[in-house]
Amino acid sequence: MPIDDGRSPLAAHYDPDLPVLTTSVDKLVQWARRSSIWPVTFGLACCAIEMMAMSCSRYDIARFGAEVFRGSPRQSDLMIVAGRLSRKMAPALRRVYDQMPEPKWVISMGACASIGGVFDNYALVQGVDQIVPVDVYVPGCPPRPESLIYGIVQLQKKIASQRA
Amino acid sequence: MIDVLRSLFPAAGLEPGESTDQPAIRVPAASLVDVCRALRDRDGLGFVLLADITAVDWWPREPRYEVVYHLSSMTQRLRVKVSIDGASPRLPTVQSVWPAAGWLERETWDMFGVVFEDHGDLRRLLMPDEWEGYPLRKDFPVQIRLRPRSEQPLQVTESEFRANLERDRAARADAPGKIGT
Repeated sequence: MPIDDGRSPLAAHYDPDLPVLTTSVDKLVQWARRSSIWPVTFGLACCAIEMMAMSCSRYDIARFGAEVFRGSPRQSDLMIVAGRLSRKMAPALRRVYDQMPEPKWVISMGACASIGGVFDNYALVQGVDQIVPVDVYVPGCPPRPESLIYGIVQLQKKIASQRA
Repeated sequence: MIDVLRSLFPAAGLEPGESTDQPAIRVPAASLVDVCRALRDRDGLGFVLLADITAVDWWPREPRYEVVYHLSSMTQRLRVKVSIDGASPRLPTVQSVWPAAGWLERETWDMFGVVFEDHGDLRRLLMPDEWEGYPLRKDFPVQIRLRPRSEQPLQVTESEFRANLERDRAARADAPGKIGT
């Protein structure tokens, strides 16, 4: 009985009479990756407050398996750039990104991280996509926790569509 | 307060500065360090805390810059203002009076390009090391678009790096099981 209707997370084929489930390696691996995204703790400004709210009990990103904020980039697969990035911080951001093991993803959170926001001046990078490749842009100033959760869900969909 | 200072420095030409909230005095650059030392040490003044140093750019007016020192004692506050011309903005350092002036003067130089003579460590503080220009000057192009740098040069030279490695290796040989020095 094929049950790959696009909504089921994993199975390509499932026979209720047999304790067997067939699928592809791609689906299995990407299901594992997207179901436990570990973000690196990288708060830059006021967006980080919303990011913390998202990870705490009221919004509870644990429901989507992404609540384990790590203090070390070597244990992380997602970087949420939460806030405005100053030119002086840019090399540090790139270094943290380079230290993350593959596969890795980046969410650009808020107007400042995405395009510079209201800070159109010499001191700030006008978009972190000049420094690191960005997978999902979350609009808002700052985005509400729901917006960031939506961004993470979009990222999960993106991971599911990628090949392992 | 200004009468006390005038009696101490009759030749300095001190003036009361314009201010709405707290006393301010204008001091010529030449007598800045002497006046500051008197403000710190004189009985009844005792401004032992240098809270801030900043500057104002009055471009295109001359004298262009006005460096402002925020002083604080246990009972009162004071602003000291020094006007300097825009062609070569220079001031003596007041680190001999308040050691805290070091970083504050670095920041003022970083943002306004006011040179503090005999400072000894006038490096960039807020801006990147290789930055050109002084961003808080009124004629600085605030909205310039520069290519952001994503890499940073090493903070040590290659020979220093190797020397550090050798030192660590020697230290480990001296004390097995102990890492580093």
